[in-house]
Amino acid sequence: MKTKITGRVWKYGDDVNTDVIFAGKYTYSISDPAEMAQHALEDLDPTFTQRVHPGDIIVAGKNWGCGSSREQAVICLKQAGVAAIVARSFARIYFRNCINHALPIVTCDAVDGVESGEELTIDFAAGTVTTPGGVYTFPPFSPEVLEILEDGGLIPHARKQLGIKE
Amino acid sequence: MGQTFAEKVLARKAGLEAVTPGQIVTVRPDRLLTHDNTADISQKFHRIGVQRVADPTMSVIVLDHVTPAASETYAANHKLIREFVAEQGIAAFYDVGEGICHQVLPEQGHAWPGAVIVGSDSHTPTYGAFGAFAAGIGRTEAAAVMATGQIWLRVPESIKIRIHGTLPPHVTAKDVILHVIGDLRADGAAYCSVEFTGETVRALSIAGRMTLTNMAAEMGAKNAVVEPDATTRAWLAGRVTHPYAEIHADPDATYSRVVEYDVSDLAPQIAKPHTVDNVVPVTEVVGTQIDQCLIGTCTNGRLEDLRAAADILRGRHIASSVRLLVLPASRAILLEALAEGIISDLVASGATLLNPGCGPCLGAHQGCMAPGEVTLSTANRNFKGRMGSKEAFIYLGSPATVAASALAGVISDPREA
Repeated sequence: MKTKITGRVWKYGDDVNTDVIFAGKYTYSISDPAEMAQHALEDLDPTFTQRVHPGDIIVAGKNWGCGSSREQAVICLKQAGVAAIVARSFARIYFRNCINHALPIVTCDAVDGVESGEELTIDFAAGTVTTPGGVYTFPPFSPEVLEILEDGGLIPHARKQLGIKE
Repeated sequence: MGQTFAEKVLARKAGLEAVTPGQIVTVRPDRLLTHDNTADISQKFHRIGVQRVADPTMSVIVLDHVTPAASETYAANHKLIREFVAEQGIAAFYDVGEGICHQVLPEQGHAWPGAVIVGSDSHTPTYGAFGAFAAGIGRTEAAAVMATGQIWLRVPESIKIRIHGTLPPHVTAKDVILHVIGDLRADGAAYCSVEFTGETVRALSIAGRMTLTNMAAEMGAKNAVVEPDATTRAWLAGRVTHPYAEIHADPDATYSRVVEYDVSDLAPQIAKPHTVDNVVPVTEVVGTQIDQCLIGTCTNGRLEDLRAAADILRGRHIASSVRLLVLPASRAILLEALAEGIISDLVASGATLLNPGCGPCLGAHQGCMAPGEVTLSTANRNFKGRMGSKEAFIYLGSPATVAASALAGVISDPREA
């Protein structure tokens, strides 16, 4: 995991649910991550998939990812190139799904200091998010969560736990 | 120091004397629920690189989300799941037609007081109605549980919701939980364990309690629980045949929040588009034009729900401008409703009977909406685009409210039906 990332911001509001991140009608019919990425945020922001660049960062208000347990709502964003999600708070299952797919996730109020199109920098070691409007701090990950992130997600982590080598 | 339900159950499972909120524990769940997403989960499981699931008796697999298969892709997924079930020797497999996972698990004895249940479905907290600790997880996590037999869980803070008062006629558990979510909002119980208590909850049937715990997910709860009592024990008798030790919160446990409601004068409630916490009394939306009505789902597809609808619809006919879809939550409920004559009443009134399963709730089949259309549903979610078009609208209400509205063709107050 990189210790510091800078990226262009896509800013959204509160309570963005998994249905608008990745619609339920696709959950059992699309299994290819690249195809999932083509439907990312389809019912929230139709411009997203055309204009997202690798390394972009999503910034949002409270309760990002509420609703369904579908982890395609994480995979579609990661596959589309999103490098991290910064929100005031996350829905619980969404938070776990991000960790399990090694998509860095930061809980702080950076949404107050940045607009779409501007840049922000996340420093994971320092626990800070630097925006045009100010610097926000976030608590460190618990050791258990950090280990999964550093292993590259839950599948590599489980392989390590079980002592499975190539 | 006293402990909450969640603290007690996780401490016991982790083999610890006591735990505190924020602590991370590793436990072996008693049951792992997966459904149609088992096709993808089985592939992730194989990617981990083990041949056999850690414990085939832990897994319960129910095909319910898109059943019967709506296309070749769905059919291929179902086939893959049946092959995985056979390959891994998983006995608790419930195929197309048995019903919705959250109904089938308890009916088949897979939920009991003190059990720890994780499931790759966000409405897994439903099993808290039986005194279990039940939380939703993602697909990759379910695959890892299959491979390792264990999961890490953060001990949650707990919220106590105490409900007083006798519910007025035609006001139900669904109205209570909509009212609570409207008050506490979509993240009001985020990451928390919710304990429902009070004389109103004690008086609810198992079906009503399941409606409460099911929808706790809509305020962000990790799990929700109703303390087991005589009602619970009577329901479980004959279904759960092994002994179990109930877990009750200590009277002096510490809660991050205690909320009290008196529902003696509660009106039927409606969640308006496009969020579940956008709740108003039905009187505020009476007269709203609707195109489709849905009675069923893991929230309100149980016998008493169908009976409440039939009591309103019996001998009458729904408006010609409306489609009414009815889905019993399980085969067992369908059989009971058939025996009681409820299904005849509903079908005679103009309802379209669908097979037990999730049906159109997630927008994959059996009743998707066109742009501009409106559905009034007993389900638990009304998010934009959930039932087809993103330009369609979903309102949520109780079975009685949906039935009364189907008669009139507009949202109606069941107290006047």
